[in-house]
Amino acid sequence: MSVAAWETVLDVLASVCLLGGSALTFAAAVGLVRFPDLLARTHVAAKPQVLGLILMLLGLALRLRTSAVLWVLVLVALFQMLTSPVAAHMVSRAGFRTGKVRHDLLVVDELTRDMEAAEEEIRRREERPGSPT
Amino acid sequence: MILPVVAVCVVLLAAAGVLALVRAERGPSMLDRSVALDILTSTLVAAVALEAAWAQRTDSLPVLVALALVGFVGSVTIARFAAVEPEGEGRVLTREEIAALETARAERAEEELRRVDDEHHGGGATGEVKQ
Repeated sequence: MSVAAWETVLDVLASVCLLGGSALTFAAAVGLVRFPDLLARTHVAAKPQVLGLILMLLGLALRLRTSAVLWVLVLVALFQMLTSPVAAHMVSRAGFRTGKVRHDLLVVDELTRDMEAAEEEIRRREERPGSPT
Repeated sequence: MILPVVAVCVVLLAAAGVLALVRAERGPSMLDRSVALDILTSTLVAAVALEAAWAQRTDSLPVLVALALVGFVGSVTIARFAAVEPEGEGRVLTREEIAALETARAERAEEELRRVDDEHHGGGATGEVKQ
């Protein structure tokens, strides 16, 4: 294939990636408005948003076609994958502790179970003050 | 060839930004707003990437790195200082509510002043009275 044909193929691939990334970003924003509680909204910020951004960066790399640029974009994607779970975890934990989670919507609720078990343990120890702690 | 694609992407990203702003305005809690602003930052990164892809320029790449690095600082900081908010705290008050709060505060201040005045000008000796 000639160089021009290759460039067309890469441009088409880049277009597909850019379209997919934009669609995922839009889907994340729609979820942000429509989802009922804080945990569902942090899910939106952590998953579809990051995949959409990575697709956008892939499209950009396919369009620029330079190796130096590629590493910068890999770095951006890496930072995003490092920081967004941290942010989502911190927000979810703070939301859980300040009572902004709707417990009727949860399918699995391990934290409440563990906290109740811990409270039970503390109560048991207070009842037997002589026991080693 | 790439122009219609970019146009569609711009529309989608703009709509995403507006929706994130809607959530940031509605709240209801500070944490919801911080998540919305997180999404807004990511949308901004995507928009800068799209512009770089369209113009085939590389000079806006440092912006991407910087935004990806500092984008999460806001949510983490707000999450660290999250507190239990009373019901209805997370919305903008209407003009009438602000006026009502203001009158209540003025009345309290007035009351305080009257109490202090009574004590100082001929009021009953309510403190220690040595006989």
